[in-house]
Amino acid sequence: MRKTHLSHVAGLCLIASGAMAETPVLTVYTYDSFTSEWGPGPAVEASFEETCGCDLKFVAAGDGAALLSRVLLEGASTEADIVLGLDTTLTEKALGSGLLAPHGDLAELDLPVEWTDPTFVPFDWGWFAFVANADTPAPADFEALAASDLKIVIQDPRSSTPGLGLVMWVKAAYGDRAGGIWSALADNIVTVTPGWSEAYGLFLEGEADAVLSYTTSPAYHLIAEGDASKVAWLFKEGHYMQVEVAGKIAGTDQPALADAFLNFMLTSGFQSAIPTTNWMYPAVTPEDGLPEGYEQMITPVQSLLYSSAEAQTQRDAAVEEWRAALSR
Amino acid sequence: MLTLEKLRIEQGDFCLTADWSVPEGSITAIVGPSGGGKSTLLSVIGGYFSSTSGRILWKATEIGALPPGKRPVSTLFQDNNLFPHLTVAQNVGLALRPDLRLTGAEKVQVEAALAEVGLAGYGARKPGTLSGGQASRAALARVLLQSRPIILLDEPFSALGPALRREMLGLVAEKLGERTVLIVTHDPSDAREIAQRLVMVDAGVASAPVPITEAFERPSPALAGYLGQK
Amino acid sequence: MARGAQPLGRIRALGVGVALAIAGFLGASVWAVAAKAAGRPGYLSAADWSALRFTILQAALSAALSVGLAIPVARALARRRFAGRSALITLLGAPFILPVIVAVLGLIAVFGRSGLLNEFLAIAHLPQVSIYGLTGVVLGHVFLNLPLGIRLFLQGWQAIPSERVRLAVELEGSRWWLLEWPMLRSVLPGALLAVFLICLTSFTVALTLGGGPKATTLELAIYQAVRFDFDLAKAAQLALLQLALGAAFAVIAYRGGAALGMGAGLDRQGISLAPTGHLSALTDSLWIMFAAAFLLVPLAMVVASGLGGLADLPAGIGMAVLRSVAVALAAAALSVALALALALRGGAVAMLAGSLPLATSALVVGTGVFLMLHGLINPTRAALPVTAALNALMGLPFVFRGISSSVEEIEANYGRLAASLGLFGRARLRLLILPRLRRPLGFAAGLAAAMSVGDLGVILLFSGGAQETLPLMMYRLMGAYRMDAAAGVALVLVMVSLSLFWLFDRGGRTNADA
Repeated sequence: MRKTHLSHVAGLCLIASGAMAETPVLTVYTYDSFTSEWGPGPAVEASFEETCGCDLKFVAAGDGAALLSRVLLEGASTEADIVLGLDTTLTEKALGSGLLAPHGDLAELDLPVEWTDPTFVPFDWGWFAFVANADTPAPADFEALAASDLKIVIQDPRSSTPGLGLVMWVKAAYGDRAGGIWSALADNIVTVTPGWSEAYGLFLEGEADAVLSYTTSPAYHLIAEGDASKVAWLFKEGHYMQVEVAGKIAGTDQPALADAFLNFMLTSGFQSAIPTTNWMYPAVTPEDGLPEGYEQMITPVQSLLYSSAEAQTQRDAAVEEWRAALSR
Repeated sequence: MLTLEKLRIEQGDFCLTADWSVPEGSITAIVGPSGGGKSTLLSVIGGYFSSTSGRILWKATEIGALPPGKRPVSTLFQDNNLFPHLTVAQNVGLALRPDLRLTGAEKVQVEAALAEVGLAGYGARKPGTLSGGQASRAALARVLLQSRPIILLDEPFSALGPALRREMLGLVAEKLGERTVLIVTHDPSDAREIAQRLVMVDAGVASAPVPITEAFERPSPALAGYLGQK
Repeated sequence: MARGAQPLGRIRALGVGVALAIAGFLGASVWAVAAKAAGRPGYLSAADWSALRFTILQAALSAALSVGLAIPVARALARRRFAGRSALITLLGAPFILPVIVAVLGLIAVFGRSGLLNEFLAIAHLPQVSIYGLTGVVLGHVFLNLPLGIRLFLQGWQAIPSERVRLAVELEGSRWWLLEWPMLRSVLPGALLAVFLICLTSFTVALTLGGGPKATTLELAIYQAVRFDFDLAKAAQLALLQLALGAAFAVIAYRGGAALGMGAGLDRQGISLAPTGHLSALTDSLWIMFAAAFLLVPLAMVVASGLGGLADLPAGIGMAVLRSVAVALAAAALSVALALALALRGGAVAMLAGSLPLATSALVVGTGVFLMLHGLINPTRAALPVTAALNALMGLPFVFRGISSSVEEIEANYGRLAASLGLFGRARLRLLILPRLRRPLGFAAGLAAAMSVGDLGVILLFSGGAQETLPLMMYRLMGAYRMDAAAGVALVLVMVSLSLFWLFDRGGRTNADA
């Protein structure tokens, strides 16, 4: 009796493991807040696994820069099939590694700028902006900010992508005058933090009147906390964009699945999760539109964005300019 | 016979030579001015310090190369003779087994040793709760139990009052009389009390042992100077 | 007394082996990073030199101030007895074991532009203060490191045998010159070195409180090289520079130190070091109150802001606590074993090996380990064990510092006796060394465990998200706007950390004969 039972069990195990072996695994490297239970990860995973017949596995690697670093460290032997979460200041470096493959045809995108990059697919985007309390008098542009007594807290461009975004913003808006703007801003800056969360935390503690963040930050407070007291300052020069992208690893063992994921990324199944978990604008507006509250967010008159290559070439000089101006 | 054969001890500028022997089962007092090297000499015999040249022989076997634990020598230091965090019984028990895993019979031996020195029933106490004299006795009990033929005493009772010291010396003479004892002392009368021979350590030389009565009746000039005699 | 025979041959050899292993491991990690690099590093830029200067300046100031303030506080704590003393001593250690960002936010809640201090100043119509800048960096470092200094010196004071105190009193000698100053001289170099090296590799404090790029440290340059430039050659170069600096200062500190030479006592309870007199009692009380206020008010702010977040804790908090505790225990055990091996060897070798991890960039070492492991196993699978191992390494200097002088004392006071009894090897460890090490060992193990709970750097490099520890959970919440929940997790983290520390520390102190 027992022998038959055992052989049944063994047989079942074999069948089960065989079935498991057939489920392909798609490994997506991304940043930490994406995969947390309050980020887009869980919803995206559930949605994709419904239709793909696969096992979607996220691997979180710190923030955007850490993500890039990890992929580059692993090199050609990386397990990743998709890298999701770089922004346009980092993409050139990723491209230079030769690890990424171009994408196929894309669905229609809802970005304020035209997307021409052949390798990376955007999945969400936002505008950088200074976020302050509603009752703080709002300056109209950088020059007004520099001339005022308002105190801001920003991030270091050498350790933080929003920090770098701000430097790019000033550069894109002011070109050769960027150094002068930074010198004028020097007395407005309370401190420079290593990352976004420290700066935002300081702002919430009341250490500064405003913090460099996104136009969609007030949406979080409004929708998730019912708090309408935060606003983003609208600047006349326009706002710099952060476009977050995903790319397919050239050496992936699941090319078809990877392509399927990139396509899925631009559908409602993925995009509808973005506004209230990642708190950015979706690359493709979902069928039901944006959540209530988003319409109250400011819309810049002009969207500034360096291309991947331009961002790379401008970066070092712009950061040095920033450093020199603030070190005096 | 304990023999120091052309022993030469160097420590920086300091140098001490010794070349003599004492018979088995005798008590020899070692005296001399401070800084003369008495403790160093004992240290070398005990194995805590190396000599520059020469040999140490016990019953014609060289023991100079052995580590302290393996020499047939027990030492009572001036202080730190007991581990404060172990009980008196444990301290004494270390004589039998360094890992303190004592058998029943061995535990009885420990009790017996304690009784011999008048510390029966003190086994469970910690050294910090003992008086100076009691602590000395406990250390002595351990020496007894170690059953090593050569005993080195480096002014072990100097912190005790005269009566107590006399008592301890009497205990030493009584319990360790059959062993070969070298005792460093500052008090010449102590030497007179229990020793059969006297070694004078002075000016870089540990001079040959002299029978005790002769030492005091016809002292060498150095010894006379040390004793304060004319 | 000169050294003659070397009875501890095997143990000393083990110590040398451990020292070589540590140096080798650190060197290998840096080498792994350098090997992955494409091309050679350039010369250091002007910005790099400026960063180097600032790094050394703020580290030196922070060390001097932390240690300088620690001395009177430790003395006051050593001399006085009062209700709650034991709890206060444990609590005073808190800032040191917090994750840096939590400590910084707490500090800012007190000293920041809208902090308590400025609120009081506003009420008193006094001008507001802004700490951002070199002041803030030094303040932050003193806040984080004063607890370490206090404990190290407190240990020193507690190690003075009461017999020596009695002797000094009998001789009507100055307790200061005969006992306290010699003790300080032996503890001071090690304490200064430790704090100096911690501040040398500082990153978050220097940036957040530094006010701007004038306050750039080497560690930031390394971070930029690894993350943003992927210039691994430069990262390795800077990491080696840091290591070389650390080694150089370690050697200086070693030369400056002196063995304690207090002699042993019989662990008698006895005469206090404190002179009678109201003035000294008053100054001691003031010092204790200063320390309590400076260190505990920011901590209280952290607790206060965390209380609100407790309702909002994520579901995975229980598992995160378990993981953090498990890693911490493993890290503490390994750290203690390594430190013991080093301390039993003693000498310059141990001092150097015991100080090197302080001067290493956690990012470079972590990256190097990542590269070394990458070919062999999936780093994500090894996240927790690797975190424990690296935490053990990073905690090693503190454990070592906590026990090394005690080990030296034990050897000096009882080495001969042990040798005469043939007490070696495991028996010696069991019967002599460990019992007399209980108090410093409890403290050191508690420190290592608590520091591991608060570690963020290593786990971030390896975790992949699945193996969430408490700091990682807090970090993710902070990155997603959920500051209140993050504060709640921070509070849980503080409680777990302090509990572990208290458990070990207390365990070391109960019935400790030393």
